[in-house]
Amino acid sequence: MDGQSAVPSYQFVLNGRSVTVDAPADMPLLWVLRDKLGVTGPKYGCGVGVCRACTSHLDDAEIQPCTVPVQDCAGRRVTTIEGLADGDRLHPVQQAWLDQDVAQCGFCQPGQIMTAVALLRRTPDPTDADIDRIENVCRCGTYFRIREAIKQAAAAGS
Amino acid sequence: MLDPLRPPGPCPAAVREGTSPISTPTTPRSVSRRRFLTYLVAAPALAVGAQLALDGEPAEALPGIPDVLDLGDALILAGLPTSHLLVLEVTSAGRVVLQLPRLEVGQGLTTAMAMLVADELGARLGDVDVPLAPARPELLFNQLTGASNSVRSLYDPVRAAAAAARARLVTAAARRWSLSAGSLRVQDSAVLAPDGRSASYASLAVEAAGVLVPAVPATPKPVSQQRLVGQATGRIDARDIVTGKAKYTGDLDIPGAVPTVVSRPPTINGTVRSYRADAALAMPGVLGVVRIPTGIAVLAETFDQAMKAKAGLDIDWGPGPLATLSDEDIRGRLRDAQPPFLVPPLLTQHVDAEFDFAFVSHAPMEVLTAVADVRADRAELWFGAQAPIVAQQAIAAELGLPLSAVTLHVVRGGGSFGRRLFFDAGLEAAQISKAAGRPVKLMWTRNDDVRHGRMRPASHHRIRATHALGQVLTYEHRVATVRTDFRHGLGEALTAAAFDLSVAGITLSQAFFLLTEKLPYELGLSTQLLAEVPLEMHTGSWRSVYSGLVRVADEIMVDELARTLGQDPAAFRRSRLSDAAGRAVLDRLVQAGDWGRAMPAGHAQGIAFHAEHRSSVAYLVELDATDRANPRVTKAVAVADVGRVINPRGLEAQLMGALMDGISVTLQAGVHIDKGAVREGSYADFRYARQRHSPPEFAVHLMPPSGSPGGAGELGVPAAAAAVANAWARATGTSPRSFPVNF
Ligand code: FES
Ligand code: FES
Repeated sequence: MDGQSAVPSYQFVLNGRSVTVDAPADMPLLWVLRDKLGVTGPKYGCGVGVCRACTSHLDDAEIQPCTVPVQDCAGRRVTTIEGLADGDRLHPVQQAWLDQDVAQCGFCQPGQIMTAVALLRRTPDPTDADIDRIENVCRCGTYFRIREAIKQAAAAGS
Repeated sequence: MLDPLRPPGPCPAAVREGTSPISTPTTPRSVSRRRFLTYLVAAPALAVGAQLALDGEPAEALPGIPDVLDLGDALILAGLPTSHLLVLEVTSAGRVVLQLPRLEVGQGLTTAMAMLVADELGARLGDVDVPLAPARPELLFNQLTGASNSVRSLYDPVRAAAAAARARLVTAAARRWSLSAGSLRVQDSAVLAPDGRSASYASLAVEAAGVLVPAVPATPKPVSQQRLVGQATGRIDARDIVTGKAKYTGDLDIPGAVPTVVSRPPTINGTVRSYRADAALAMPGVLGVVRIPTGIAVLAETFDQAMKAKAGLDIDWGPGPLATLSDEDIRGRLRDAQPPFLVPPLLTQHVDAEFDFAFVSHAPMEVLTAVADVRADRAELWFGAQAPIVAQQAIAAELGLPLSAVTLHVVRGGGSFGRRLFFDAGLEAAQISKAAGRPVKLMWTRNDDVRHGRMRPASHHRIRATHALGQVLTYEHRVATVRTDFRHGLGEALTAAAFDLSVAGITLSQAFFLLTEKLPYELGLSTQLLAEVPLEMHTGSWRSVYSGLVRVADEIMVDELARTLGQDPAAFRRSRLSDAAGRAVLDRLVQAGDWGRAMPAGHAQGIAFHAEHRSSVAYLVELDATDRANPRVTKAVAVADVGRVINPRGLEAQLMGALMDGISVTLQAGVHIDKGAVREGSYADFRYARQRHSPPEFAVHLMPPSGSPGGAGELGVPAAAAAVANAWARATGTSPRSFPVNF
């Protein structure tokens, strides 16, 4: 390849800590997290924004890191499932997930939880119709318990 | 938890103690008299093994498949003669460790096993660890996760091992305190004396390893004294999951294992005619390109770079062997393969129906992923394997290494539904690592998974029932499926269970079919026959295997028969169910689900029943089909009898997942074959149910526990799918014949 320019470097705040990473500008955040930073909570399930297994937050909004290039994250706050709890104190949505025993294989659950947290931030008291709009796939079929857990977290005022 | 120990007495015959493994007699014909030999394993702290043994009759090749056996029994038989079946350790750090010779894929097995151990041992649940054992070839047929058989096959030996460990811990404490062992109790991972002294299991572990003959019985507790078994319990790994700590194969940090993907042909089993990799090799981060039988592998520093370089490969693909075939052709071949009915529809009234089921992808949430580190003289692999011994054997043969030089670590899987019976990614990772001379972390993309992954074979069904004077006289079901690939050790297991398939004159698939497909109703003279169409494509068992097709068609047909005879579908089923437990399940469902309540136009209830794995289940669903393109199950109720329930919460989760499978494959999820290629490529078009397809109202009712545990992992799928189909028929006034209905 000609004129191989130096790989650019990006700084952002990941789960409360500043990180700097060298990566091509168009590399999706998912692979920067997983392959360069060793943050494996966000899962690959499709790579095209459909399954939502990778769901995380950019600033406070839900994103699918498989479709967000790392350059769009520069100078911003990235939160993955690993950054949700406050030390040993679980986030109320994580606690609701434990109380409802939501997880089966667990693979989709980091994404489901991050989606639910974002939903409750936008809509503190979601209706069934609001919950129906969640697109995250759970191939184990835990949807009913996800619904119950979201309602529990909403009732607890998360 | 307080466990009063029964007074010491002569060691009951059910469990015998020894200090070394005792060889088992030859394969018996009945599993009803299981007996466990427990023995100490040489170790610094307490380690107890349990091994099945029977006072068996000599093995005989059975001429056919006896009706008394189901597939689970056959697999239990196959697993009998393995030594070191299970080893339970109590460490001096206070951990209780059960190396589980099975795979956890979300079915909750590790939690159920930890509960059994904790209950029997008198340990705190949180002190029990259940790591997955690596491939252990000495287990022969006893390391196969499938056929909803894990709890059935492990319930007795796990309790036997834990009881043997408990007896030794109590004996060690008695010796330390010079007290009668019979006066001691166990609670919360400690032995307690009447005077209030206590000794933790951690402190007793080394002394207990020196107890050759315990002073108290080492038999499992009676059910009446179980404290944890039967209690709704959250998963032991739930906290790891919700905090993102749970590690799947792709999350493992294996030194040097580089991200790897494979470019695969556009058609199923297509070939590489030639390829050029110069452009790909020049792309950033690319570490290598190697050819393997299934495609061209690209190794890179990140998966992003590997996938981008994959797109940069220049490959001339040859067509796959099915390149002239599409769904229509396959359906035609299935029709042609159908064996004829025996009963001509001459003298009686009859109901005939034909059903088609599409191919269905397994599509587990975690795509196939495998890590391989192949060296000149050894290999080490990591992946989620339901049949690790078979995988290890195949990989050793592929690499030209002795079996002992191949280590296969079994890693939790992100779902399976039958998919991880096959080790396609493990084998490829081994090939790539060998060719590239470095460790690799191979990941199938979702496209790979849907287009080249395995699938439930398409099937065609013809059913004829004859009736007269309100009675069903004959019931014939002819099934034709694309051949299901069972080459993951099942044939060897059945042979080991003394089923001589050649004597019986049937194929492996037919043996599986006969062992699993039982009509639960009295419908006169009934016959079920399987014909298979072999096609060079990747098939495999999909949760509930033949029952997910055969019993769904049966249950739709039963509804239609009831309608023809002017009877209520629930009452019709009840009057023809031969099994009292099944009738009780149905009665409970009718009441709990408010069967027969008035529904608005375009809405309907549907009901269905299924019995398998020594369990039975019935579902009632309510469906809103006012928008036929977007039907919604609004409510579902399930009733199940699985005998002894270990963890009701886990069981409910399985029945909930099975419901979502039933909704998906009945209403909307399947894959098409167009000229030898799979049309779908992700969850965008393989339309597995989302939250908006899941009922906001869902309840499970479990019948009172009894007897031994039955199987439950696959149990729910046929009844759930059929209940949805029957609700669709009633809501739309149609007779659904092809599934999924919206495809
Ligand atoms: S991997 Fe990001 S949405 Fe599927
Ligand atoms: S828990 Fe397995 S995919 Fe959701």
